[in-house]
Amino acid sequence: MFWERFRIPLMLAPTLFVIIALFMGGLIYGLLQSLGWQPIIDNYDINLDAYANVMFSERYANEFWQGLALTLWVSLASTFFTSAIAIIGALLLRESFFGKKVASFLFQLNLPIPPIVIGIGMLFLFSQSGLISRIGGSLDLIERSRDFPILVKDHLGIGIIMAYVWKEVPFIGVIVLAVLQSLGADFEDVARSLGANRWQRFRHVILPLVMPGVMSGSIIVFAFTFGSFEVPALLGVSFPRVLPVMAVRFFRNPDLNSRVEGTAVAMIVALIALLLVLAYMWVSRRAVRQE
Amino acid sequence: MASASQSKKPQKLPGDKPSWLWPLFRTSVLGFILFMLSFPIIAFFINAFAFRWFYPQLFPKNLSMDAWENIFNPASGVDLWGALSTSLFIAVTVTLVSLIIGMPTARALGMYKFKGKRIVEFLILAPIIVPGIAYVVGLNINFLQLGLASSVFGVMLVHLIPVMPYVVLTLSGVFANYNADFELQARTLGAGPIATFYHVTLPAIFPGLVVSGLFAFLVSWSQYILTLLIGGGKVQTIPLLVFTAATSGNNARAAAISLVFIAPAVLILILTSRFLSGRSGAIGGLGKV
Repeated sequence: MFWERFRIPLMLAPTLFVIIALFMGGLIYGLLQSLGWQPIIDNYDINLDAYANVMFSERYANEFWQGLALTLWVSLASTFFTSAIAIIGALLLRESFFGKKVASFLFQLNLPIPPIVIGIGMLFLFSQSGLISRIGGSLDLIERSRDFPILVKDHLGIGIIMAYVWKEVPFIGVIVLAVLQSLGADFEDVARSLGANRWQRFRHVILPLVMPGVMSGSIIVFAFTFGSFEVPALLGVSFPRVLPVMAVRFFRNPDLNSRVEGTAVAMIVALIALLLVLAYMWVSRRAVRQE
Repeated sequence: MASASQSKKPQKLPGDKPSWLWPLFRTSVLGFILFMLSFPIIAFFINAFAFRWFYPQLFPKNLSMDAWENIFNPASGVDLWGALSTSLFIAVTVTLVSLIIGMPTARALGMYKFKGKRIVEFLILAPIIVPGIAYVVGLNINFLQLGLASSVFGVMLVHLIPVMPYVVLTLSGVFANYNADFELQARTLGAGPIATFYHVTLPAIFPGLVVSGLFAFLVSWSQYILTLLIGGGKVQTIPLLVFTAATSGNNARAAAISLVFIAPAVLILILTSRFLSGRSGAIGGLGKV
C-alpha cells in the first residue's frame, strides 16, 4: 500500500529537508565559493588559489599556522580540563550529604548559559581589575592591578580555555551523573567487599564505566570549542587568533577576495574538526573495547 | 522489606579505612569547584549594580540602578525592548516549527527499524559536530541571492539547523519508550487520526515535548554567529547586543544586559533540573554520537 510503503520516508522528509537543503546546501555552496566559484561576477573557474593563499602566501601563512596551533591547543586543553573536573565534580556530588540539592543546582548552573555570557564573566573575574585581582588586592598580595597576571586577552588563550571549561563542566558532569545513577552502587559494593580502596574503586571500577559517556560528551565539547567564534573573539588577542575568528574577520571584509579566503578558512576548520572527531571516535571505540 | 531497605545504608566493608580526612577533603574540593563555577554569576550581579567601583575595593561602596534604567530607556541608544521582542519572536517560532517537523522524524527513529537508519541518524547529528561558520558562510551568499539575508525569516531558517539535532535526539528518546498500542485501540474505537493524536499521543509525549521545546528555545535564543552573518546586523537579537556591550567596555551595562539575556535560561534550568539529573532519553541520546 502507498501509505505503508512511504510512511517512514514521509516521516523523515521534513527534518531531512532542513538538513540537506540548508545544512548540506550551505556546506556545498561554501565549498564552491572557497574554490573560487563566484556566479555573481560570472566567475565559474574552480581553483585552489584561496587555500594556497591562506596557507602558503607570505601575507597569511604565519597567521594561519599560528592560528591553527592556537585553535588546536585551546580546544584540546578545554576538552581535557573539562572532562577531568567534570568527573571529579560528579563523583563528589553523587554521595548524599546536606545541601545536595543546592549543590546540584550550582553544578548545573552554567549549562544553559550562552558561551558569550560566560566569556564576559571571565572578564569580570580574571581581568587585571577583575574580582580575583581585587581579592588579591584586599589581601595585600598585589599592590596595583597591573601586577595581576594577564589571564584574559592573553597570547596563550588561557582566558578562552577557562571560559570553555566553565561552560562545559556541567555538560560532561550531567552525563557522568546520569551514568553513575543508572549503575547504582552494586559494582562498587562488590569491589569494596573484595577489599578495593577508594582509589582502586575509582580507577578500576568507576572510571571504565563512565568513560564511554565522557568520550561522547567530550567529542561534542571538542567540536564546539574548535569551531566557535564569540568566546575567542571576546577573550582572544588580535595575533594569533583562532581560525574561526580569522574566517569571520576575512569574510566580513568588503573585499571580495578576502571573502573567498575567509570561506576557505571556514572550510578548513570544518574539515579538521570532522577528521579529528572521526579519529577520536575510532581511537576511543577501540580503547573502550579493549577495557 | 525492612531488611531490603536497610541494606541500602552504607555498610562497613573491608575496603574502607576509618578516616575523617575524606569528608573534609571531599567537602573542600566540591565546595571549591561549585564556588568557582558560580562565581561568574556573582560577578554579574556585583557589576550590574556597581557605581564608581574603584580598584582594590572588593565590593563597590556605592550601588546604583543606572545601568538598568539605561538599558530599558530607548533614548540611551540600546534598543533592548526591540532586541527582546525580535529574539523572543525568532526563538518561539523556531521552537514550534522544529517540534512540528521533528516529531514525525523522532517517531520514525525511536520506534522503527528501517534501511539507512544509521545514515539518517548521522545526517541529523552532523550539525552538532560541524561548526556553524562552515555552513553559514555558504548560506550567507545564497540567502543574499534569494533575498533572505538581513531578514528575520532568513535568520529563523538558519537557526533550524543547530536546533533540529537536539529536538530529534530528545524526542526520539521519548518515542523509544512510547507504546503505540494505545493509538491502535483509540482508532479501533472509532477515533480519527487527529483525535487520536490529540487525546492519546500528545498527552503521552507531552513532558518530553516540553523539555525538547525548552532545549530548542535555548539553542535559538543563544545563537550569535548565525544571526550575525545571516541577519547582517539588521536583525538585532539580544546576543548581538550583549557582544556589543561587552566590547564597549561599559561593565555595568554589559552585566545588566547579560542578566536579562540569561534570565530565561536559568528559569528553564530550574524547570528541567529534575529531568536533567535523572536517567533520561535526552542524555541517553547523546550516547549515540
